[in-house]
Amino acid sequence: MSEAPLLSVQALTKRFGARVACRDVAFELWPGEVLGIVGESGSGKTTLLNCVAGRHAPEVGAVTYESAAYGLVDVHRLSEARRRLLGRTEWGFINQDARDGLRMTVSAGANIGERLMAVGARHYGDIRGTAQEWLQRVEIETDRLDDRPTTWSGGMRQRLQIARNLVSKPRLVLMDEPTGGLDVSVQARILDLLRGLVDTLQLSAVLVTHDLGVARLLTHRLMVMQGGRVVEEGLTDQVLDDPQHAYTQMLVASVLPV
Amino acid sequence: MYVAVKGGETAIAHSLDLLADKRRGDRALSELTLEQIDQQLGLAVDRVMTEGSCYDRSLAALAIKQARGDLIEAIFLLRAYRTTLPRFGNSLPIDTAAMIAERRISATFKDVPGGQLLGPTYDYTHRLLDFSLAAGGERPLARTAPVDSVPGVPRVGDILERDGLLEAPPDASDRAEAGRPDDLTREPLTLPASRPLRLQNLARGDEGFLLALGYSTQRGYGNNHPFVGEIRYGQVAVTFVPEELGFPIEIAGIDVTECDMVNQFAGSLDKPPQFTRGYGLAFGHAERKAIAMALVDRALRAGELSESANSPAQDEEFVLAHSDNVEASGFVQHLKLPHYVDFQSELVTVRALRAEAERRRSEDPALDQAAE
Amino acid sequence: MPEAAYNYAYLDEQTKRMIRRAILKAVAVPGYQVPFGGREMPLPYGWGTGGIQVTAAVIGRNDTLKVIDQGADDTTNAVSIRSFFAKVADVATTTSTEEATIIQTRHRVPETPLRDGQILVFQVPIPEPLRMLEPREIETRLLHALTEYGVMQVSLYENIARHGRIAKTYNYPVMVNGRYIMSPSPIPKFDNPKLDRSPALQLYGAGREKRIYAVPPYTPVKSLDFDDHPFEIERWDECCALCGSRESFLDEMIVDDAGKRMYICSDTDWCGRRQ
Repeated sequence: MSEAPLLSVQALTKRFGARVACRDVAFELWPGEVLGIVGESGSGKTTLLNCVAGRHAPEVGAVTYESAAYGLVDVHRLSEARRRLLGRTEWGFINQDARDGLRMTVSAGANIGERLMAVGARHYGDIRGTAQEWLQRVEIETDRLDDRPTTWSGGMRQRLQIARNLVSKPRLVLMDEPTGGLDVSVQARILDLLRGLVDTLQLSAVLVTHDLGVARLLTHRLMVMQGGRVVEEGLTDQVLDDPQHAYTQMLVASVLPV
Repeated sequence: MYVAVKGGETAIAHSLDLLADKRRGDRALSELTLEQIDQQLGLAVDRVMTEGSCYDRSLAALAIKQARGDLIEAIFLLRAYRTTLPRFGNSLPIDTAAMIAERRISATFKDVPGGQLLGPTYDYTHRLLDFSLAAGGERPLARTAPVDSVPGVPRVGDILERDGLLEAPPDASDRAEAGRPDDLTREPLTLPASRPLRLQNLARGDEGFLLALGYSTQRGYGNNHPFVGEIRYGQVAVTFVPEELGFPIEIAGIDVTECDMVNQFAGSLDKPPQFTRGYGLAFGHAERKAIAMALVDRALRAGELSESANSPAQDEEFVLAHSDNVEASGFVQHLKLPHYVDFQSELVTVRALRAEAERRRSEDPALDQAAE
Repeated sequence: MPEAAYNYAYLDEQTKRMIRRAILKAVAVPGYQVPFGGREMPLPYGWGTGGIQVTAAVIGRNDTLKVIDQGADDTTNAVSIRSFFAKVADVATTTSTEEATIIQTRHRVPETPLRDGQILVFQVPIPEPLRMLEPREIETRLLHALTEYGVMQVSLYENIARHGRIAKTYNYPVMVNGRYIMSPSPIPKFDNPKLDRSPALQLYGAGREKRIYAVPPYTPVKSLDFDDHPFEIERWDECCALCGSRESFLDEMIVDDAGKRMYICSDTDWCGRRQ
């Protein structure tokens, strides 16, 4: 691990009207690290992820990111143009519902190729070749390259969304319940796939999930949120095997061991 | 040699002559006068003035005559004329509370100050064809009270507003802060649009389009629980401040229909719940238009009132970009214009693609067999 | 029509100044769509109201006007617009590309190369090249502002994936001056190369959508493509039955009940002078 964090969130507070969704949240993410954010729905974890991604502006606090192209940047002070450019080059975002992250009306190949074309790739054969490689990596038959994902299963779509994001070799991947809403057997395959990709690509990632099993499998470190606050954090195994906070204990007790 | 594209100029001249004949119809019958159209097809005149955004009964009647009763064509004629008129200035906002109302009803209260005033309406007729009209018989005149015996009636909305039950319209200071609203007939529509701009767009918008959209909200596509707080029709004064004088003078009286719709309430921690509003206004007597407009206006406020906006009537871009029947009619009908060139390009490409497919098939016996 | 009731070239001078300001802005930012306060014109929307307003704003008594539709001077739309300006602007009209100072066109660029000082006015139905990919104006404006054009390339990719080639035949998107993606209006892609570094000023008017954009003289205009699927124009095996041209855009006509075809130049002025 290098000396500077890749991502740093400082004293972040986000309200929606009278409701405080995140209160004074701070964390750092180091290169090669996968940080999990767990908590029940309504705990503020997805809001936090959206603040990190620059989609919501927090009232207080800052999100800084060590960009390969621009050096250290304050995500919320970046121009919209740069933030969107970062979003399709150095960052990836995996939505819970793959339909939110895919173009459903174009082929799988075009979905994967979009990021490449957005930054100037203009050789059809090369783009197609890369798209084909990525289909293989996410374990989809390459003869599905020209299919539109409309008729695909949820699991296949999620794998396509992963390929579409990772093709630009992002330095930071944000994931919002990437296996939520999928059958258990499909979930297991996606988790395996993600774990493999995280290892081989040395991805840095923030993963939001309500599923402690997913968190245990994929993350190095864990933050537990309740009512918009971080109530406990530490190494994943430590937090899950020896929870200190009563809320974490309740969460851990309520799931079957993985 | 056969040449299809020559002789356009003469053919067009002939087409125009034929049109003029068709418009006139059988010359044995007397020609319609503008006065007849104004008096006896008054609701058509009202609609043309509203969507043509020009209050002039005789010009609207002329447009209807020239358009052979095609109201969208008449609206277009009036608009195209209006746009060439010089602009002397802007009148003050009309005051509909001071309206000399011919009709005024509320669906929210059984009785209201000023009373329910039914006025002339088809609402209480049975829709039976009246063959006595075909025979051309005259009816005796209706008994009416003298116009000046009907004083300005207070608006139902104002009464609800006083108790804080209904949101107040943006007041004068808000308006001053926002500056003069943009003028849709001078500036392009910018999105997202302000409410004044939206209301202008809806006032000029096609009655049928607004009717369908308003209807869709009632059927669940963006319902907002409407009540007609009040609908009123009558004459209002138009006042103007000439620069030389510096004080307002009355320059005209115009007929308008206004609909003040009372809708589902909204509230938050810092604002107690109150009913919200949708607003509709049209020239002349046009209740269907005013009500539909008020429904759509309210639907378009979904974002402002933090409601979810998933229905067509709540989609500002969709509604505002497609409401204008002059734009829509032109673009839909432009498909009649020649598209030889674009179609030729498509032909060349489709032929090339077909040839390629044919070649692939002949080179690949498997495909050929599969086809058999 | 009581011409005396209308100002020179139909529009009042204030409106013309407003349109000229929009044109100047458009020329200053090639390919950028400038919103303008489009007026109702006496022609229907979709029939060239944008082009007419642009022409009305730039035309003067010393101009010579040519109007074409589908390349021809004698098609209904062209006749109608030409006679409109002859009436309200008192200008000389011509069918000769060389003699014209202003050429208003629908769907074609003349075959005769344009020269310095000429103005080519395009009638544009839908100015937004991204519209069919993204229907929302607020979003497309942002995509232009951020030069975020991946989606356009995606649509071309999809074309090749489906048809084996870019099957877009008209209104073929172009990149202007390396900055803005622009709709060249529904001209056949055959005409796209003529836009590149043209000595004439190109003005594009969209009346219904209330946008004006421009390509100043000698500005690079590149048709979008892929390195391994380069932009190509239409070709015909036949030549023009009237003038024998092999280098012009040909219209196909069905000349008898058996479906016999004949090909003639779409550009009637070009064809006539070669006969």
